This record gives sequence, structure tokens and C-alpha cells, in this order.
Amino acid sequence: MLPYFARRLAQAAVIVAFVAAISFALIHLAPGDPFSAVMDNPNVSESVRQTLRAQYGLDKPLPEQFARYVGSLARGDLGWSFSHDRPVLDVLATALPNTLLLMGVALVGSFSLGILVALIQVARRGSATDHALSGVTLLLFSMPEFWFAILALLAFTYWLPIFPVGGAVDAVMHDYMGLGARIGDRLRHLTLPALTLTVLAAGGVARYQRAALLEVLPADYIRTARLKGLTEREILRRHALRNALLPTISLIGLSFPALLTGAFFIEKIFAWPGMGLAVVSAISSRDYPLVVGGVIIGSIMVTLGSLIADVLYAWADPRIRAH
Amino acid sequence: MPGQIQESALTRIPRPRESAFALGLRRILRAPSSRVALAILATIVLIGLLAPFISPYDPAAQPDVVALKSLAPSLAHPFGTDPYSRDVLSRVIYGARLSLAIGLLSTLVSLTLGVAYGAIAGYAGGVADAFMMRVLDAFLAIPRLLLLLGILVAWPQLSIGALILFLGLTGWFGLSRIVRGQVLALKHAEFVTAAQALGASRRRILVRHLLPNLISPIVVAATVGVAHVIVLEAGLSYLGIGVPQPLASWGNIIQDGADQVAALWWMSLFPGLFMVLTVMTLNILGEALRDAHDRR
Amino acid sequence: MTPPPPLLSIRDLRTYFYTEAGVARAADGVSFDIGAGETVGIVGESGCGKSVTALSILRLIQPPGRIEPGSRIEFEGRDIVTLGDEEIRDIRGNRISMIFQEPMSALNPVFTVGDQVAEVARVHAGMSKRDAWDRAVEMLALTGIPDAQERAKQYPHQLSGGMRQRVLIAMALMMKPALVIADEPTTALDVTIQAQILELLVDLQKKIGTSILMITHDLGVIAETTSRVIVMYAGEIVEQAAVDELFARPHHPYTEGLMHSMPHIGHDQERLNVIPGTVPAPTEWPKGCRFRERCPYSWDLCEREHPPLYQVGAGHVSRCHLAIEPERRNSPHAPLVVEEGVAAA
Repeated sequence: MLPYFARRLAQAAVIVAFVAAISFALIHLAPGDPFSAVMDNPNVSESVRQTLRAQYGLDKPLPEQFARYVGSLARGDLGWSFSHDRPVLDVLATALPNTLLLMGVALVGSFSLGILVALIQVARRGSATDHALSGVTLLLFSMPEFWFAILALLAFTYWLPIFPVGGAVDAVMHDYMGLGARIGDRLRHLTLPALTLTVLAAGGVARYQRAALLEVLPADYIRTARLKGLTEREILRRHALRNALLPTISLIGLSFPALLTGAFFIEKIFAWPGMGLAVVSAISSRDYPLVVGGVIIGSIMVTLGSLIADVLYAWADPRIRAH
Repeated sequence: MPGQIQESALTRIPRPRESAFALGLRRILRAPSSRVALAILATIVLIGLLAPFISPYDPAAQPDVVALKSLAPSLAHPFGTDPYSRDVLSRVIYGARLSLAIGLLSTLVSLTLGVAYGAIAGYAGGVADAFMMRVLDAFLAIPRLLLLLGILVAWPQLSIGALILFLGLTGWFGLSRIVRGQVLALKHAEFVTAAQALGASRRRILVRHLLPNLISPIVVAATVGVAHVIVLEAGLSYLGIGVPQPLASWGNIIQDGADQVAALWWMSLFPGLFMVLTVMTLNILGEALRDAHDRR
Repeated sequence: MTPPPPLLSIRDLRTYFYTEAGVARAADGVSFDIGAGETVGIVGESGCGKSVTALSILRLIQPPGRIEPGSRIEFEGRDIVTLGDEEIRDIRGNRISMIFQEPMSALNPVFTVGDQVAEVARVHAGMSKRDAWDRAVEMLALTGIPDAQERAKQYPHQLSGGMRQRVLIAMALMMKPALVIADEPTTALDVTIQAQILELLVDLQKKIGTSILMITHDLGVIAETTSRVIVMYAGEIVEQAAVDELFARPHHPYTEGLMHSMPHIGHDQERLNVIPGTVPAPTEWPKGCRFRERCPYSWDLCEREHPPLYQVGAGHVSRCHLAIEPERRNSPHAPLVVEEGVAAA
């Protein structure tokens, strides 16, 4: 198992290196100078311009610029965000935990919900319930995330004012609340965005898991289980699911890009102070380093997620684990 | 044994027959869900094509920015008007035209790139193939939206053509993998050697054997690809970096009403409905195509 | 003294499959008994209905197939065909078990071997995990698996084909069932392992006293393990006799054909004897005798009348009109269906 893990880690490192190269290419292939907004802005201090020049080596030849760039990335320096007047890493590091929280809840929630729905569908395959759920999952899967989020916002904060309109905490009252109330406040603000992302993602998971279960059911070992006198329910839950969950573990790794993308839109719409909101705001202010920083961090997250999922799969499948 | 064809090659790559594909197509259309989906999709496409003829108003016209702005749906304006007094229904109709066109054209770009890249990698083999695949992995590691954000922020005034190009440039990764797989399998298939022994040229082999096997995954990738791009373009337009104003795309219309999402609910609802309908039908058809191919 | 009632009594079993191509009458009026402690064999080509019969006994037929009303399968005083779901689950793995041809895929790849065998005891005897595990290890050792304690902790992919089959046998015998149905248990195994597995089955049967229903296409297996043989063809029983009697005096032309098609070591043969033609499609069993077109003795009666099971000896029945016109056996003719380019044997 360990050599497998080490190999995957090395692969991930190579990928991140490539991502850095691509980001560098992005910065320098753009027409005009992406830093002109900073460099020509009289309000920006000279020390910031110095930092930029030093970091990106803006007057030096391209290969040297790249070397500097990689060097600064390795040191964790992602540049300067002039819309926030702080290092990019700083801005993103503050925002990242919120995104991770949102994605984490949505990951667990969507997989739990999706697997449950798939089980229900397969247990009652061919019935009206099965068809109805198929329609629902297809709808969720086809839905643009931002539109669904808008609808959810309208429905549950405006027409039925159950949840707060946005943000992670109550902007005014939060600091004055006691511990319990503060936790409650945070939860109330987390609920709608997390729920929205969860339900959206669950659609895809349910369809995938349903297909995996149906593929497993005609297997010989399912027949053996039936011969042992197990109920259909036990067969589904114990024998079929255990096998059909394996491809779903791979799905976890594959879901990260979509979850991240979804999180971006949801953060914007619910004003959730995560990385997505930071990057999206950076777009309007043309804060280029922040956007590129977001691309890099996002890609690293996705790569790590895929790595973890692969390792999880190797552990879960005894056929791989034993070797 | 002399004269015996290797079972494995035949079962791995079925001898392509044009009729098999047509048969599959017919089988897909037998399912009622596919037929309904196709009908709905065709209607939307038709709406887009006939936009200049069926649109009640000029989508860019701002007749009366004071009296006619932000009206709720009525008989005169079934989808209401936007803050610039433009008729939303007309904009949705033209939006269909634009969004579908963008989806189709960018997917075309993706398909071309994907097939070319995958074919070259598979054919070259060895180190070149390995390197190309690693590069592919790196691109795949970046979520498509992020990649587009990175690109589009650097280009502030984007033309539709450039948008289509960039959308296409970011959507070919998955297909190239599939194409590469097919080319690799074909390279080692016994009957290719046999065909070559019989004097068939490389190009003939390519055309007669490779292409038919690729049609199915390409069509599936195209269908699903268009669906993705429609959603993606809408998202980008919603963020303000997609289709430039004042052109009408579904995402743009939603963006126009984003400031007063509750008050101008019709600006979010109708374009969204069209989007969902289009994407759902594309997904249904894509899935049906995929099933038909697998069952082969 | 009246003989003891049979353990299993099947009467007029009809299992039909309702497919797009028509109704496939896979088992079409099968009737036989199995006594306690007996080993009965069913032999026939693929498609003759033997596997379907076996699956029907445990009510494992799934749509589009079903057991037709009017079929009766009596076991321990109850009719399996009409039992409720809970009752049939009580029988499966407990009073009647089954082992299959493909040990490779019959075991769940994500659970240990010991777990899967122990599961039987947990389900039927309500044993604790610990007790069930111990019993499973016992059973595995009984089936000749060396180092059973350690093996039980392994996964199916770590065992050889022969060992996996032993695991399945252990699983089948965990609750000491009254009947074990073995459907081609050795076909997928190496020849050397085959002999071992058969020996094991016979041995265990003596130890535990179960009856065995051995389903196979291999006459050698029949000869070695069974005491009574049923020959099936085209969804019906065409001959039934004690094993020695069947080999000495096969009556039905199909049985004859089967016997002659077995190659013997030591005999020089230029070409294998085959029964010309193929089994008809189960959606269209021919009128009259179903073997008629491949039979070297058939005459017009065979087309007109579907033969019943005639008594042709002690405990020996045969579904062939030769029973009433035995002299026709002296004038064989070319079968009505002959493969192109292949002369009839």
C-alpha cells in the first residue's frame, strides 16, 4: 500500500508543477500587462511595486521570470492582492477554511443522500417511486448551480423567510452572542448554502450509485447470498452495496472539481466568505494575482482530493489491499 | 492454427458496420423518453434558428426606459421587461440562438482538438504518449471554471469568437483520453496487421476501422459537451465575464436581474427554465446514446 | 413394509420464461423423487432444463420466468411452490443448499471466506459472530482445506479454484441440510481437482447423510457419484434408471447417443461420435417426440404422438415408442437432420 501511496504523491507533485507552469503561462500570455492596473496606479505604494517587480521579475527575460515564479510559489508566496492590500496567500488562507467547511458538509451530505436515494430506487426498481426519483435526480444533475442557488435563496430567505440572506455570521449581532447562540448563528447561516450544494451534488451521486448497484445485482455471488436464505434487503445492503460502493469511492475524487465550481457560485450568491467569493470579487476588481492564486490553490485541492480518494479505494478493495 | 482469426481482437474491437450505428440510432428513438427529449430539444433549436422571425420585439431595443422598465409579466410582455425596458421574451429567444450556437461551436472545437490530440498520442506511443498524457492530467487537475476564470480575467474585452475558442480549448481533455484508448487498442489489433499484410494503406485502415469505432463516443461526448458548455457559459455570463453586454444570452439575462433577484424574479426564472430544459434533454439523449453503444 | 416417503417429490414441474421471442418452456412437466440419503443425477446437454429444474426447487426463478401453477414440489411435507417468502428463505441454505459451477464468481470478493461461510450460521441458527466463525472454520477443515484457521481470514481471490469450491461446499453443508443440489460442481475445475472434489462430496455425504442432486453433462461424474440417473432432453425427462442399469442397458436413443459419444482411452477413433443436429429452441418444442429429428430409429408414430414414460425394466422408464415396437431398433436410418458436410455417425 505504501509504495502505491508514494507513487500517487509523486504524480500529484508533478501535476502541481504543471499547474504552476500553466498559471505562469496564463499570466504572461494575456494581452497587455496584467499588472498595469497596479503598476500605473498612483495610489499603490512603491514598496508594492518593488515586491511585484522582484517577485515576477517583470523586466527580466521569460525563463528567469518562470524560475522566480516557481521559487516564490515553493516558498508559499502567491503574490500581492491589490484589491485587498494583503498578500494573496493571506486572503485565500483566511477564506479557504470556509470553503472547506462548505465543501466538506456538502461532500458528506451529498454522498449520504445520493447513496440512500440509489438504494431506495434499486429496492423498488421499476416502480413509480423509482421513475419519479430518476426524474428528480436527472433534473438536479442538469441544473445550473447558480440558478438553483438563486431559486433556493428566493424560496427560503425571501418568500419563506426561514434563513438569513447571506454571510457566515450575523454581521451585527454575532460578537455579542454567547457561545451557544454563536454556534447556532453559524449553523443557521451555513444551512442553506450547504443544503443547496448538497442537494445539487446528490443528484449526480444517486444516478452513479444506482447504475453501480444495478451492475452488481446479476453477479453470481448475489445468487449465492440468496441461496443462503438472506432477505432481499440484507442482500442489497450487505452484499451488493459493499461492492457497488467501490466505484463510488472513485466518484468522491472525481466530484471535487464540480463541488469546487458549485461552491464558487454558491458562495457568491449567499455571500459566503470563502475562496470562491474572494476569487469572484477579484474578477470585478481585476485583481489578477488573486484570481491566479485561487486557480492554483483550487487545483491543488482538487489534486489532493483525487489522491485521497485513490488511496481510499486501494484500502477499501481487498483485491488491491492484499498486494 | 492456420487460418484462424484471433477471438480476442474480434471481440475487443467489433468489426464496424455502418448499419449497426443506424440500428442503434433507431433503437434509441424507440424509447418514449428519448422521443420526447428529442422533440423538446428540436423545438428549442428551432426557436433559436427562427429567432429573427418569431421574436416579438427587437431584443436590444430600449423603447421607454422610464415607463416600460422592469415590468412584471403581462400579455404585452409575457416574460416581463428588464431594467432597460427590453422585452425579456425576445431576449430569451435570442438567448437560445446565442447560447446554443456557442455550445455547438465550442464543442466542435473541443471535438477536433480531442480527437487530434488523442489520436496523435495513441499513434505515437512510447515517451511522447506518456508525456502527452501527463500534460493532460495537469489540465484535468484544474477545474474547467477556474481555468476559464484565469484566462478570461486577463482578456477584459472578449469577443464572442474568442469566448467560443476558449470554451473549446478547455473542453477536450476527456474525449482525447477515450480516443487515445481506441487508437492504442487498434494499434495492437491483429486484424490491422492482417489488413496491412494485405496491402491496405495506413489511411485506409484509419478510415475504415478507426473512425467508425470513434463515432459513438464522439457523439456522446458532443451531446454531453454541449450541455456542459451551455451551463458554463451561463455561469460565466452571470459572473460578468462571459457573453459581453448588451448581447442576450441566458446567463446575461439572469445577470441583469441579479441585483434585484426577488423583485425581478422573472429575469431569473424564464432563462433558467429554458436552460434546464435544454440541458435535461441533452443529458437524456446523451445517456440513451451511451446505453445504445454499450449494449452493442 | 412400505418404503419411507421421499425427501423431495416433484410433480409436473413446469417453468416457463416469457420472453420477446416467445414462451420458452424450459422445464415442461418434470416429475421425480429423491429419497433420504440418495444421490440422484440429472444428465443432459445445456438447454435441456436441468439447471432450471434445480433453480425451481429453491424458487430462484426470476422474471421473466416463473413456475407455472399446477407444479408441485413437496419437501418435508410442504409444497415449496406455494410457500411464503419467509418460509422459503428458511429452507435455503438450511434444509436445501446448492453449489454452482463457477466458484470463481460465486464468492463475494470483498468479504473474507470465513465471514461468508459463517454468515449461514448467523442467519439460520442465530449464532453469535464468534460461534459462527468457529463453526465455519470447522466446516472448512472438514472439506479438506489445510490450515483452515488462517485460510478463513483470506479473501476469495487469494484461493485457488479447487479451494474456492471447497469453501462453497462448506457453506452448503454448514446447517447439515437434508438435500444438496450440485449444479456442474466440477466443470470449471482442473481435471485433477475434479476427482478430489467429487470424492469429497461423496465422503461428506456419507458422513452427514444428506441427499445429493448431482446435475451434470458428464457421464463420468454420473458413474462415479450417483445411484440413480435421470436423463433430460428438451425440458423433459426422457429416461430414468439405477446407474448400473442405465449404463448396461440404455433404452432411449438419446441416452444411447450420449454413451457412444464418450471417447474411451485405449479405443482408436478417427472422429468423435456426435449426435447430429442440435437441441430445438425451447420456444418451439416440436410436436410428437422432441428427439425425433435427431433419432436414427424414428417413424411416423413419433411425429404423431408425444411418447409417455414407458416402463422398460425394474425401476427403469424411457420416453420412447421403441418400448412398444422394439424391433425398429434393428433398422436404423439416417437422422432427419444432418449437418452439412458431416456424415451421420
